[in-house]
Amino acid sequence: MNEWLYVGLFFIVGLIIPVGAIGIGFLLGPKKPNPIKQSTYECGIEPVGEGWVQFKAQYYIFALVFLVFDVESIFLFPWAVRLGQLGMFAVVEGIIFILILVAGLVYTWRKGMLEWA
Amino acid sequence: MNFWNDPLKVAADWLTGIFTGWGMNTVVANVLVAFLGILMLITILMVIDIFLVWIERKVVARFQDRIGPNRLGPFGLIQPFADIIKLMIKEDTTPDHADKFVYNIAPMLSMMSVLILWAVVPLAPVMLGVDLNIGALFIIAAGSIGTLSIIMAGWSSNNKFSVIGAFRQVAVMVSFEVPMLAVLLIPTIFAGSMGINAIIQSQNIWFVWLSPLAAVIFMIAAIAELGRAPFDLAEGESELVSGYNIEYSGMKFGMFYAGELLHAFTFGGFWSIMFFGGYRFFGLELVSPFLAIAIILFKAMVGYWIIMWVKYTVMRIRIDQMLAFNWKFLTPVAFVLVMVTALMNTLLRGAPSWLFITGMLLSNVIVAWVSLEIVRSVSRKERERVEGPKQVVAEAHH
Repeated sequence: MNEWLYVGLFFIVGLIIPVGAIGIGFLLGPKKPNPIKQSTYECGIEPVGEGWVQFKAQYYIFALVFLVFDVESIFLFPWAVRLGQLGMFAVVEGIIFILILVAGLVYTWRKGMLEWA
Repeated sequence: MNFWNDPLKVAADWLTGIFTGWGMNTVVANVLVAFLGILMLITILMVIDIFLVWIERKVVARFQDRIGPNRLGPFGLIQPFADIIKLMIKEDTTPDHADKFVYNIAPMLSMMSVLILWAVVPLAPVMLGVDLNIGALFIIAAGSIGTLSIIMAGWSSNNKFSVIGAFRQVAVMVSFEVPMLAVLLIPTIFAGSMGINAIIQSQNIWFVWLSPLAAVIFMIAAIAELGRAPFDLAEGESELVSGYNIEYSGMKFGMFYAGELLHAFTFGGFWSIMFFGGYRFFGLELVSPFLAIAIILFKAMVGYWIIMWVKYTVMRIRIDQMLAFNWKFLTPVAFVLVMVTALMNTLLRGAPSWLFITGMLLSNVIVAWVSLEIVRSVSRKERERVEGPKQVVAEAHH
């Protein structure tokens, strides 16, 4: 049987358990909503302004840098798996590949994008 | 083949026999048996999770010079059950203008992302779980669902604190995933496979002796992924009150809490699998599968204990410090380590094992020493720039 079927079963069972726990909680708990109780929590004072605040653009840059490294792992893992059978040429090739990536990181760094301004 | 040598297979054959005896299709019977097995594993995990609550509370109490829960049952062992009952009979509130669907599904995803990690954990030589040939990548991929659940929870709650907490947590998680991916390459290089069981089987020498620096970086990245102190600023009590889970109550909050504890335990397990031989311990794992399970759970508990030790010892750091620590220190060091390991692995191929271990260990020590030395000199320059040159206090002569 396909092993991914088991992984799929894990997904299903992994959802059943929390759904069951939350469902039991939903059945057992009291339900007495009122406007004060349901208002957004803000340390006891009346909520001011929007709940969805603007976020810092800096997060976006970190996410972009992450994306580059994350995609690269797709190329590096097969290289690491077969490294034992490959010669010195493959090692040097892999090192050059990583160095190109690190060059991107260094560029980001030099541009001051890694500073939390 | 008896029950004590391979309990899972004996039980599965027995159940499959029963189900096919009822006139069920063989494939359906197999799927049903697998379903029951997974249900059993996850139930056991949930029970472990309940006791993790107790362990966590007891350990934090000891670190803070308190006694901890001690009223209910011997050593307060019943306390977590009382906690669960309390969480279950709490009112389940939803804040105004919350995105209901996303808000409700986030805690379930949070728990699920942890539980599916155990699909690839081999508990014993005969209980491999799902032995995926891309196990190392599966760990990272499944962990990303946890990131997703946090941003869902933070965004859907319609609360300033939760949105800010979620952004911080996601920034931390995506950042520290990079060094974690890099150091996962190192066991992959040594084992020549991404499969978790292949990695365990090739650890005749624990990989921590070949690459202690990789083990340390993996642990730091794991702690950051878990969002635990010193990287727990997503729930910094003094500024964000509780972070992304601020509006959750009752069992939904319980799911986040239990998921976090089980996640820490799971990463303790992965630490032991990647660097400490998983279920292997000087051939003891071959004696009985039950002993192998005990070994891997013990090792996972040791990893979990280290995570707790760090959590209750180290102070929380700021987000700029944390991101700088990751991108300017941990990521470059991890990639340098990968390059050095690849190079040494090829250079020392065919060398006797003592030479291989010494060479690897030495290269790790050199990488660690050089990187710490660079950090020291840079931070000295930075300190002098901020504070001016160091004041030399004239020594008083009598």
